Amino acid sequence: MSGFNPQGVSRFNYRAIWAIYRFELHRFARTLLTGLLVPVITTSLYFVVFGGAIGSRMTQIDGIAYAAFIVPGLIMMSMFTESIFNASFGIYMPKFSGTIYELLSAPVSAVETIIAYVGAAATKSMIVGIIIFATAHLFVDIHVAHPLAMAGFMMLIAISFCLFGFILGIWAQSFEQLQVIPLLLIMPMTFLGGAFYSIHMLAEPWRTITLFNPIVYLISGFRWTFFGRGDVGIGFSLLFIAGMLAVCLGVIGWMFRTGYRLKK
Amino acid sequence: MASIITVSGLTKSYASGFQALKGVDLEIEEGEIFALLGPNGAGKTTMISIICGNVRPTGGSVTVAGHDIIRGYRGSRSAIGLVPQELHTDAFERVIDTVTFSRGLFGKTHNDAYIEKILRDLSLWDKRHNKMLELSGGMKRRVMIAKALSHEPRVLFLDEPTAGVDVELRRDMWKLIGELRQTGVTIILTTHYIEEAEEMADRVGVINKGELILVEEKTALMKKLGKKTLTVVLADPLAAVPPELAQWQVTLKADGHEMEYVFDTQAERTGVSSLLRRLGDLGIAYKDLNTEQSSLEDIFVSLVHQEKAA
Repeated sequence: MSGFNPQGVSRFNYRAIWAIYRFELHRFARTLLTGLLVPVITTSLYFVVFGGAIGSRMTQIDGIAYAAFIVPGLIMMSMFTESIFNASFGIYMPKFSGTIYELLSAPVSAVETIIAYVGAAATKSMIVGIIIFATAHLFVDIHVAHPLAMAGFMMLIAISFCLFGFILGIWAQSFEQLQVIPLLLIMPMTFLGGAFYSIHMLAEPWRTITLFNPIVYLISGFRWTFFGRGDVGIGFSLLFIAGMLAVCLGVIGWMFRTGYRLKK
Repeated sequence: MASIITVSGLTKSYASGFQALKGVDLEIEEGEIFALLGPNGAGKTTMISIICGNVRPTGGSVTVAGHDIIRGYRGSRSAIGLVPQELHTDAFERVIDTVTFSRGLFGKTHNDAYIEKILRDLSLWDKRHNKMLELSGGMKRRVMIAKALSHEPRVLFLDEPTAGVDVELRRDMWKLIGELRQTGVTIILTTHYIEEAEEMADRVGVINKGELILVEEKTALMKKLGKKTLTVVLADPLAAVPPELAQWQVTLKADGHEMEYVFDTQAERTGVSSLLRRLGDLGIAYKDLNTEQSSLEDIFVSLVHQEKAA
């Protein structure tokens, strides 16, 4: 079968994906300076506060210098919030401004829409993650044990949290709702999920309770790619990411089938 | 002529129980300008939104250029350009970028020459590097038309194209629509400015409370339902209508200086000559005569009125 029908519309509208992807990256480029400065500055602040002030008293966790230990957690924390904010704004703004009429009236499938919006948001998250990684090098020596796994893990995290952000953007009916999940749910879960400490440092019952926080598995997995060990086995971490991807894709599939908050 | 859009038994009900469309059937012919008239909330925008993919139908079916809007949505949507009623634009985007984006979104290959042509035709070429937020309302409307035309659609939907637009711009818009028609594009416009339909449309559909109560050639409609008003400018004013003229049901206007007689152009006897003869018999002198065709607006008002009465 040819990829084109007589009207020249491809069966898979990759041009639409490219158009939306470019549009979204263009949107990010407009706020490039703050978009790049913010992660650099926050990372530096964390290093000054945690690495310098606190780290000097802690020196090592699991045989890893404390300043190096927090790098994966820092990258994850920023990527969680960046992914959710970027992806949710990407789809919320057209809903808010009304320009979504064009997307809904275009020959674009749900899958193409998701690839475009989530792909663009995930790209920005990856860039932010890499910038933080580079900034961290200014403060501490880091040797990544599994560089390929690290890049792959970052990509999986970016994609799954962007999917989550996309759902949030479709669900949200106000700017407040848009902010509430990342600030009141993801942020505390990240702090409590071992971004700055090993859960082995916790006393029971907190250690067991913490294991119910899915973020623990994500940060631990990412830390594994750096140091070859984490709080939980890497298999568990991958299982959690796979689970999150599956749940998000399922929810988005349902949203598009029913037109949930997109179509009347 | 062949149909480009076929709407059959289209219904739309909302969760609240409100029925926006109650079984609409309509055929749009390729190349025509079709005006959909109706009061606010009649279902005009709902119908357009369903055809374009923004609202889900409850029942019935629609095909556009031979493609079902649900099963063959890529084909149907590719054939359609939509200019919605509200001015929804990306404030920070440049004119040329937003128009190029639309073409890509509809899966068409990049074509700078075509985009330039559209922008020139719409007098937007000089503004192509302006951001949307720098444009006036009329210019924004033009950009939205450019976006809708960017993927070379066969059907163009204009939902209230001149709402909130000043008189001069409205004339420009009419001219533009006329030019678009020359290119073979089918145009469907909704409006509640009757003069707009009267000026441009080939056919008129009247929708009220979710039902299409009439679809007619504009000229036939005007002829069929058209009433004319004869105005007799009297030489000397009359204080009251003489009882001898009761059968014509004339009315006095302008302090008795003018007499008005409404007649049906389609009637076997219009009553014009008999009225004038009777005036002569009564010795009522007049200095001028004037007849006026009733407008689509009058027709529309009386149609909607009949509906209410029924």
